[in-house]
Amino acid sequence: MASSGSEGLYTLRHRPPSDKLVDQSFRFLVTALAALVAIILFAIFLVVTLDAREAIAKFGLGFLVNSTWNPSTENFGAFTAIYGTLLTSALALLLAIPLGVGTAIFLTENFIPSRYRTIIGNLVELLAAIPSVVLGLWAIFVLEPVLRPLLQLIHRLLGWIPFFSTMPTGPGVMPAVLILVIMVLPIITAISRDSLNQVPPDLRQAAYGVGATRWTSIFKVLLPAAISGIIGGVMLALGRALGETMAVTMIIGNSNNFTLSWFAPGNTISALLANQFGEADGLQVHALMYAALVLMIITFIVNVLAQWIVKRLSLKYS
Amino acid sequence: MTFSTHITDVPDEQVAITCEDVTISYGAFEAVKSVFLEVPRGKVTAFIGPSGCGKSTVLRCFNRMNDLIPSFSLKGRIIYEGQDLYAKAVDPVEVRRRIGMVFQRPNPFPKSIYENIAFGARINGYTGDMDELVERSLRRAAVWDECKDKLQESGYSLSGGQQQRLCIARTIATQPDVILMDEPCSALDPISTLKVEETMHELKKDFTIVIVTHNMQQAVRVSDMTAFYNAVAVEGGTGKVGYLVEFDETANIFNNPRQQATQEYVSGRFG
Repeated sequence: MASSGSEGLYTLRHRPPSDKLVDQSFRFLVTALAALVAIILFAIFLVVTLDAREAIAKFGLGFLVNSTWNPSTENFGAFTAIYGTLLTSALALLLAIPLGVGTAIFLTENFIPSRYRTIIGNLVELLAAIPSVVLGLWAIFVLEPVLRPLLQLIHRLLGWIPFFSTMPTGPGVMPAVLILVIMVLPIITAISRDSLNQVPPDLRQAAYGVGATRWTSIFKVLLPAAISGIIGGVMLALGRALGETMAVTMIIGNSNNFTLSWFAPGNTISALLANQFGEADGLQVHALMYAALVLMIITFIVNVLAQWIVKRLSLKYS
Repeated sequence: MTFSTHITDVPDEQVAITCEDVTISYGAFEAVKSVFLEVPRGKVTAFIGPSGCGKSTVLRCFNRMNDLIPSFSLKGRIIYEGQDLYAKAVDPVEVRRRIGMVFQRPNPFPKSIYENIAFGARINGYTGDMDELVERSLRRAAVWDECKDKLQESGYSLSGGQQQRLCIARTIATQPDVILMDEPCSALDPISTLKVEETMHELKKDFTIVIVTHNMQQAVRVSDMTAFYNAVAVEGGTGKVGYLVEFDETANIFNNPRQQATQEYVSGRFG
């Protein structure tokens, strides 16, 4: 079956050399761009690690559990900041998940006409468009003063619990948590809403068809079916909360004294970096770099964990 | 044009569901007009007719599935066991517990085969032996042999036909009185279709079954009674409005219909 090239039905059409060149250079270009992403990520890791080297050598893993941060004696430990980072993120998620998923349920059910739902959905997403420095200012001048009497009341009533043991008098961990809630809420809401919208309508009918009430079908059928997406959104929100700098720095109080109380000033790794980098020199720079490395590793772990969970859960429902 | 309004003479005590002058609208659009119908208990009743004639719409009113559509409204009365299903005091959830439904496309829950059955039974307050109920339901839906070794696997691991019989089993497990089937075989291959039909023959001993089908041979094979719906364009209307043309024993509908339109439809001249 030796047909000549130009007549055969299935032979490749002739392409001019310039065509092939364009093809090849485009492939080269996108490969380079894709590689660049990996290179940049790796480079950042490398530079931070190199800069942190001296601090790592001096403090070792004790850095993670030492709560002293004293530039004059050059004794540095990031425990307060690490604890603050994990605590603010965890508390923020604890509040934002029910709020965000609840909003998503509200927006995907027919409690009110769809035109109002669209408006509310857009408003929630607009929250994400507010610059964090503006949220920080708002936290200082509005949120914290308004919240203070309530926090003081909680302190008076429940002050015997270590978490509420400080009299709230200004910036502190709790206002920072609430500002984080506002910042991660649009992420959780938008992604949960999209995941719920992607649940096939057949499933809702199936649930109603066997006599499920609206709430049974939401909690036993729709949410489980959308759970991988929702968890993905929560993990993205966690990543945002862990790394959020500006608004938190403005309202958390930036204290490096460790305390269990949620009403006292505290610190996070990113707030620590933002505050001290300007005036730091010598070992302090290296210690800050070490703290930055810790933060990167934490967010890296969160991301890997998120992808793992999403993959696991979505396989179950495929 | 006059709409047919006759009711076949099903004795009162054998009637499961009665439609009294039922008109169903979506917004300003009338989908089905003036349906009078008496669905007999313990039999299989088939709804046939061309697309857009409203047969599925009527079926989905029997367990208030259309409540999910915001613009839906219904005039007239649908009476089940002496109770108007659309009376204000009626809880649609209770209606759906007594009148179950199998849908056009198999729609198992994203849960294990076992849970697919157990879920409905549990929310309906079943407190007996769940393992036994699961086995019994799957057996009655003729899908036990395919499922018995993988009850803990996802419902999606089954083929389309098996999934549909799983959905039938799920409906049986909630122990309804009536089972509605909305074109249950339209997404299935002929062999799966046959199995579902065999299942239906088995089920009509205990349940009243109403089935919507596009397949006239299927109506002949499975049903005792057949209702033929048609659609006509109305003056000044935006689309066609469906109406019930004729309701009779299946043999009469296919061999000796009273209406011209029925004759033309069952002999394949339109639709």
